[in-house]
Amino acid sequence: MNPQNIQLLSILIPGLPLLGFLIHVLFGSKISKSLAGMHASFWPIASFVICCLFYGQVAAESSINVHLFDWFQVGDINIPFGFQIDRLSILMLLIISGIGSLIHIYSIGYMHDDEGFNRFFSYLNLFIFFMMMLVMANNYVLMFVGWEGVGLCSYLLIGFWFSNSEYNAAARKAFVMNRIGDLALVIGLIIMAKTYGTLTFSELFDGRLSTIDAGMIGIITLLLFAGATGKSAQIPLFTWLPDAMAGPTPVSALIHAATMVTAGIYLIVRSNVLFSLAPMTLDLIMYVGIITAIVAGTIAIKQNDIKKVLAYSTVSQLGLMFFALGLGAYEAAFFHLLTHAFFKALLFLGAGSVIHGMSGEQDMTHMGGLRSSMKFTHILVLIGVLAIIALPPFAGFFSKDNILAAAYMRSPILWAIGLISGLITAFYMMRMYFLTFWGENRASHDVQHHIHESPMTMTLPMSILAVLSVIGGFLNVPEIFHGSKSLMHFLSPVVSIHEGQHLSHATEYMMMGVSITAILAMVGLAYYFYVTKKYLPVQSHDENSVGDLLQNKYYLDDIYNGAIGRPARYLASFTDNTLEQKVVDGSVKGIGSLSNTLSTFVGKSQSGNISYYLIAMAIAMSLFLLYFILF
Amino acid sequence: MLSLLHILIPIVSGILVLMTQGETAKRLSILSAVLSLALTGYTVSQFDAAADLQHIIDIPWISALGSRFHIGIDGIGMVMLLLSNVVALLVMLSSSKDNYHSSSLFYGLLLIMQGAMNGVFVACDLVTYYIFWELALIPAYLLVIMWGRKPIMAPGLKFFIYTLFGSLFMLAAIIYLGVKTGSTDMSMLYSADIDPSAQLWLYIGFMLAYGVKIPIFPLHTWQPETYERSPAQVTMMLSAVMLKMALFSIIRWVIPVLPMAVAQYGIYVIGLAAIGVLYASLIAWNQDNLKKVFAYSSIAHVGLIAAGILTVSKAGLNGAMVQMVAHAIAAVGLFYICHILYRQYGHHELKGLGGIRHKAPLFAGFYILVLMASVGLPLTSGFPGEFMLFNAVFNAHNILGIFAASGVVLGAIYMLSSYQKAMLGPEVQGSTFADIDGIDKWTWIPIVILIVILGLFPSIITDISGPTIDRIMDIFNSKQR
Repeated sequence: MNPQNIQLLSILIPGLPLLGFLIHVLFGSKISKSLAGMHASFWPIASFVICCLFYGQVAAESSINVHLFDWFQVGDINIPFGFQIDRLSILMLLIISGIGSLIHIYSIGYMHDDEGFNRFFSYLNLFIFFMMMLVMANNYVLMFVGWEGVGLCSYLLIGFWFSNSEYNAAARKAFVMNRIGDLALVIGLIIMAKTYGTLTFSELFDGRLSTIDAGMIGIITLLLFAGATGKSAQIPLFTWLPDAMAGPTPVSALIHAATMVTAGIYLIVRSNVLFSLAPMTLDLIMYVGIITAIVAGTIAIKQNDIKKVLAYSTVSQLGLMFFALGLGAYEAAFFHLLTHAFFKALLFLGAGSVIHGMSGEQDMTHMGGLRSSMKFTHILVLIGVLAIIALPPFAGFFSKDNILAAAYMRSPILWAIGLISGLITAFYMMRMYFLTFWGENRASHDVQHHIHESPMTMTLPMSILAVLSVIGGFLNVPEIFHGSKSLMHFLSPVVSIHEGQHLSHATEYMMMGVSITAILAMVGLAYYFYVTKKYLPVQSHDENSVGDLLQNKYYLDDIYNGAIGRPARYLASFTDNTLEQKVVDGSVKGIGSLSNTLSTFVGKSQSGNISYYLIAMAIAMSLFLLYFILF
Repeated sequence: MLSLLHILIPIVSGILVLMTQGETAKRLSILSAVLSLALTGYTVSQFDAAADLQHIIDIPWISALGSRFHIGIDGIGMVMLLLSNVVALLVMLSSSKDNYHSSSLFYGLLLIMQGAMNGVFVACDLVTYYIFWELALIPAYLLVIMWGRKPIMAPGLKFFIYTLFGSLFMLAAIIYLGVKTGSTDMSMLYSADIDPSAQLWLYIGFMLAYGVKIPIFPLHTWQPETYERSPAQVTMMLSAVMLKMALFSIIRWVIPVLPMAVAQYGIYVIGLAAIGVLYASLIAWNQDNLKKVFAYSSIAHVGLIAAGILTVSKAGLNGAMVQMVAHAIAAVGLFYICHILYRQYGHHELKGLGGIRHKAPLFAGFYILVLMASVGLPLTSGFPGEFMLFNAVFNAHNILGIFAASGVVLGAIYMLSSYQKAMLGPEVQGSTFADIDGIDKWTWIPIVILIVILGLFPSIITDISGPTIDRIMDIFNSKQR
């Protein structure tokens, strides 16, 4: 391709979805529903085609760089408006446009009866645009455009049904919590700009980093990571993601599972050169990641809302990815990001299909037995479940295996903790699966009557994702299965890979054996509880104190509210009512009334009495005289 | 001549408007604003950014102080003229559907105010400058007390006395400068070396005037009530343009003339302004009145600009230029939102609003865009300047930088929660709300375009103002001992 074509095409990748959004904004009211869905789906599909074209180019040359114009200058630092499409970007772009397209198509069916149909699609197009900007930017500031832009779309889509005040609050919570992370990120960028004199990736990572002292890199990476915890829902900023399930289910699949929430992982993989120089930060990321994985996983065990289970599962899986990042296994983290995008999108769409079929019901205690009435959905969800619990040969098996191997190389204890988090996943996913698809149907008669399989527009995208969830793992088959780790090699120009020690085949077989056996045991346990015993989760408070703790999500929302939310609110009202009204404005008013008193006093002296004036004059003159004589 | 026309067109047409009535007054003032903007457009096209002052008029005046009637346009003045005349047109247009009593006086005063403010931006002599500075205050005061919502006398008077009080200190400083250096002319003052100990007192004099006008914490208490009670067009003029006179003046007069005081004591003002960001943001969160939310948010935003300016860094000064324009556009948008609500409901109390999104999707769309520009979402006008200013303030003082950046989080909180209360939630039965249409729509479109264009190409501003900023920084640095 010649350079002009490349420039044009690279603009079109994010440009087409933006165009779709603009057409909706300008002519939305004139576009009929049937056309709107197709029209909106066209743009990401077109972008996907261009991304496929670029894939070959990038695979051959490793990077496409396009400079559009100079955006602005910060002091002497130039912030360009330019794209860098390297191997990391192109994979992200394929995920975004590919899964994005599928979810657009799915939404045509899912959102069919919604009165905000056109508006929904315009937001989706806008989201795709921003998400692409995020991964195409050639510098941190432009990346921040996408970073904040997807936050806006997330806000708009969580609060999509804006009549509901609870949903609006959830949307706001998401935006604000993200902003807390963003504040850290911005400060990180400012320090980075000052330290290195540039924020452009290619200039930063060309080797100038190692010369600067480690302390600075430690601070910068910590701040970047803090930004990532907001967007990718990690401790301490993860509580917005479960609430974000207020949005329509396709949004949960696209934004809150497959793409936006992985931006934090993208950020760290993109900055891996920097992070590799900060071992302390990496350790912190590792711990935060694995603790988040376990905390969120345990909460998921007690959730009855099918989407909430998946939301906590997403937080937990993201935690696992951060765990891998912290281990320095960037490619393993990215591999899991990829496979997770497939199977979690599939699971959410499957949940959507179930909800759609059950007239909007999301509570699993009212589900059950759907494997006979929704056969197709059942099979697809089962594939997703098998993929996420990491049974071979499904995608999750390979990507989790990569992470566990990396953990084992650091320490067998870390491996064991990683394994435990995987077992928790296996348990709650099987619980979800059994409660939904097995046993008797527990819905009201009316709902039961209406249960139906979803239309083609919904099942087709799910089928494609199901295929990807099966074969996605083969992108990076480890040596032990005579694979070539092709994904790892593909990413090698972007990601620094430590060619450290390799695990012996015997160890690898042992690890796999243990983990598969344990997972199967978890499946059996879940089967025992929820199929054999027909144990149904209770709605009321759990007697058991651990259960109570989990049901209430470790009381984190209450703790945040008590420790931060309410004091901040109090501080605001104190600042207004006391500081502002009484102290600051009070003293202004005080000065005002003081001068009032003074003027009355001075006014009184002008009595019109001549002798009084004369005496005053005499006194004043003698004082002046005295002054001149003495000094 | 072009510089003089910027003053004459609005003032002369303002006087003409006084002689007309009703709709004619409105039409004539829109015409005048269009003319001013066209003039500015032409001036920009003629403008040579690399050169210094252009379109100079220089006539001897008060010889005792060495004052001259000296006006001209440099890079920062050019940007301010652009800002002032774009805003003036938007202000006139936004009132198209309103019927203010004594409309000829209303529009006449608005135009005279515009002319006087343009005078501030082109003045190259301190006495000339001061006359325009005070000339702008009189119509502003009359507009506030005559068309403000009652009870208006007390807040109006507070506004007047407060700003006049500040200005008197500046006047004393100007006279001192004139007497000491024998000239109040910009070129002379730029090359003069003022005694370091005198610089502090002069600095305090100037900064009191500017601190009130901007306003910088804790000199701000006149502002919320005045903004809230004034008619929207007046609030727009005050917040979008008038306070920028003070920010601009710090760059034009304080930094190059009193460089040693700025270098030494600038940090205190940065401190107050940065604390003001947090302080005003917290108060904004506690407001039940939408217009007051925006009023306090304005204190936070301009506080950041003031802090950035006083860092006297390239990022700070250029960021200030960009952000002044961005804040002007956002302020017009935000107070326009209040205005449209006020027109239909007769108030802007959040308690009495809600669910408007159902009836007015277009209005909601404009609102959310302006809101995002105000909280500094990238690709809107609010981001580039803010990012530059954060850089400048953070590099000047880390802790104060974090204070200044606290608006990132708090801004999102108070803006989104007030949006939610006003616009979202269930549809309120029995209340009606007409979505934006007609001339309002055509006033909103340029606002939207400006928000996006400035977000994408902030270099439009910095290309014009950059060389002047560099010159001022050179003077500042060369005078440090």
